Amino acid sequence: MSARIDARFKLLAQEGRAGLVTFLTANDPDYDTSLAIMKSLPKAGADLIELGMPFTDPMADGPAVQASSQRALKAGATLKKTLSLVREFRAQEKDTPLILMGYYNPIYIYGVDKFLTDAKAAGVDGLIVVDLPPEEDEELCIPALKAGLAFIRLATPTTDDKRLPAVLKNTSGFVYYVSITGITGAAIPDPNRVTSAVARIKRHTKLPVAVGFGIKTAADARVIASGADAVVVGSALVETIRNSLDGAGRATEKTLKAVTDLVTELAGGVHSARRAAAE
Amino acid sequence: MTTPRPNSLRLGPDEHGHFGIYGGRFVAETLMPLVLELEQAYNKAKDDPAFKKEMTLLQKEYIGRPSPLYFAKRLTEHLRGAKIYLKREELNHTGSHKLNNVLGQILLARRMGKKRIIAETGAGQHGVATATMCANFGLDCVVYMGAVDVERQKPNVFRMKLLGAEVRPVQSGTKTLKDAMNEALRDWVTNVENTFYCIGTVAGPHPYPAMVRDFQSVIGIETREQMLEAEGRIPDSLVACIGGGSNAMGLFHPFLDDASVEMYGVEAAGFGISSGKHAASITGGRPGVLHGNRTYLLMDDDGQIKDAHSISAGLDYPGIGPEHSWLHDMGRVKFLSATDEEALKAFQLLSTLEGIIPALEPAHAIAKVTEIAPKKPKDHLMVVNLSGRGDKDIYQVAERLGGKL
Repeated sequence: MSARIDARFKLLAQEGRAGLVTFLTANDPDYDTSLAIMKSLPKAGADLIELGMPFTDPMADGPAVQASSQRALKAGATLKKTLSLVREFRAQEKDTPLILMGYYNPIYIYGVDKFLTDAKAAGVDGLIVVDLPPEEDEELCIPALKAGLAFIRLATPTTDDKRLPAVLKNTSGFVYYVSITGITGAAIPDPNRVTSAVARIKRHTKLPVAVGFGIKTAADARVIASGADAVVVGSALVETIRNSLDGAGRATEKTLKAVTDLVTELAGGVHSARRAAAE
Repeated sequence: MTTPRPNSLRLGPDEHGHFGIYGGRFVAETLMPLVLELEQAYNKAKDDPAFKKEMTLLQKEYIGRPSPLYFAKRLTEHLRGAKIYLKREELNHTGSHKLNNVLGQILLARRMGKKRIIAETGAGQHGVATATMCANFGLDCVVYMGAVDVERQKPNVFRMKLLGAEVRPVQSGTKTLKDAMNEALRDWVTNVENTFYCIGTVAGPHPYPAMVRDFQSVIGIETREQMLEAEGRIPDSLVACIGGGSNAMGLFHPFLDDASVEMYGVEAAGFGISSGKHAASITGGRPGVLHGNRTYLLMDDDGQIKDAHSISAGLDYPGIGPEHSWLHDMGRVKFLSATDEEALKAFQLLSTLEGIIPALEPAHAIAKVTEIAPKKPKDHLMVVNLSGRGDKDIYQVAERLGGKL
């Protein structure tokens, strides 16, 4: 349950367009740049924001997101700082939903109850925790729902019709369809397959479906957006950060603009798509 | 072997793969259906006499089981205490206990119709074992190995290639075993249709910890029979080294309900626990979640996984099997640790006293035996799992001892 996520998808539906979800890793390449980028995202065209919680061992992520996590950790990232970024972002931006995405161990070590309290207070709307399948719902999903945070689940090509109800049971906010079997930033998904997969998921739920993994360009985003409620782009954005850094891995004056330019471009692609299967 | 009692310690895990609070299935959704499929397939195979028959035959004819239980006379005389027996797992085909598990998993993969096998490896022993079984059955084999380990375990890298496997050096993270496991998981997520992930230790998502333990339990089952034959009674203590903990679990598990049997797991203390450079997850870590299970892990205050350090690549892992964590919390197994230096000394001691060059991994166990055994009476029967042979380590040891080959 999250008012901001629900309101945002309602607005997108009213406008008859798909949304753009941007993924960036918190504290990449440093705290201040990360905050500046976050603050610029809504204006650049991001409809929802996913903020990665850096982790040393991101098992489901490809090289681009792995590297962004390592940059962030090198710059001193902690879960506490991630929440602080959210707090500062939320002080300025009231409407754009913010979802934390990552792996369970840092949350477990922070303490589940304390984390949920602090995340809610900071202005987090939902959580995506990659290594918590429905089989482990007691760990964080159920407590998160009780605390008023959405728990967004990943559905994948391996999630068949028999398993979908279990995956969707405690899912809220939206469903994140992982368009390929693979890691983030890998192959570009086949649009036809994605469209039929989204339709399949929609037979089981009224929740909006966002599609991610492997979408890199405005053209990709437009094609996928025609069959989904939202499109998630991550690896392409963190790669853009990487390409804008100086030799020592520090942000340059190009960094912020490079990211916002790409977001604007992607938003153009997403927003121009006709929503077909999503209706 | 005794049948499990209702309050047995040998009944775990529960249906969700939990040993107390440890274990579980902390994996991405893409893998979840595969993990469930594997569990079903394993449960079916376990109860199928044909599966057991095929495995028993290959254990005998291909691996060379049973491995001897050898009375280490000179080591016993040297330490002037417990009567020390070595369970000679280093005499198995490929030189370690690893093939026990791989044989089981490859037979299972064949039943499941999987044609491509992936594995992670640290010292290379599990990689060699997997490459061996794949060659034997004509299966494709890809082994992920941290780039640092590729460098320090060259003989095993060559062996794997010779056996027809593809060795993929892993450049991410700390370039050791944990990163190799991350990369193997990424491969599995990508190639779900045809690929079987052959995990080398009693860790990972359920059912791996239980399944690998079952395949390794042949060590303890044989030990029981052999000790009964040699001494007319079961051992008084068991000692084994612990990285992920598969050789230790294989030895311990069949004895868990024998309250009189003391069990010692020896972790790698690297440069010493206080140095922070070690691989002793229980002695120097705390419970967390990584690689599909909750267990003791080395990490910082933010839950970021710390680099492990050990002279032994096979112990260089920041975690431990979840069942060990559970047995530690309830006090059934006592966990000790041995430093690089202590292991090196034990490596030489066993070589000169018994004419057996141990792998650096079990050298850690031997190191603690030199402390525990002298405190025990002469009729105390101690079994040490000699989980691997040291041929792979001689270059590294020569370097550390200041010599050159």
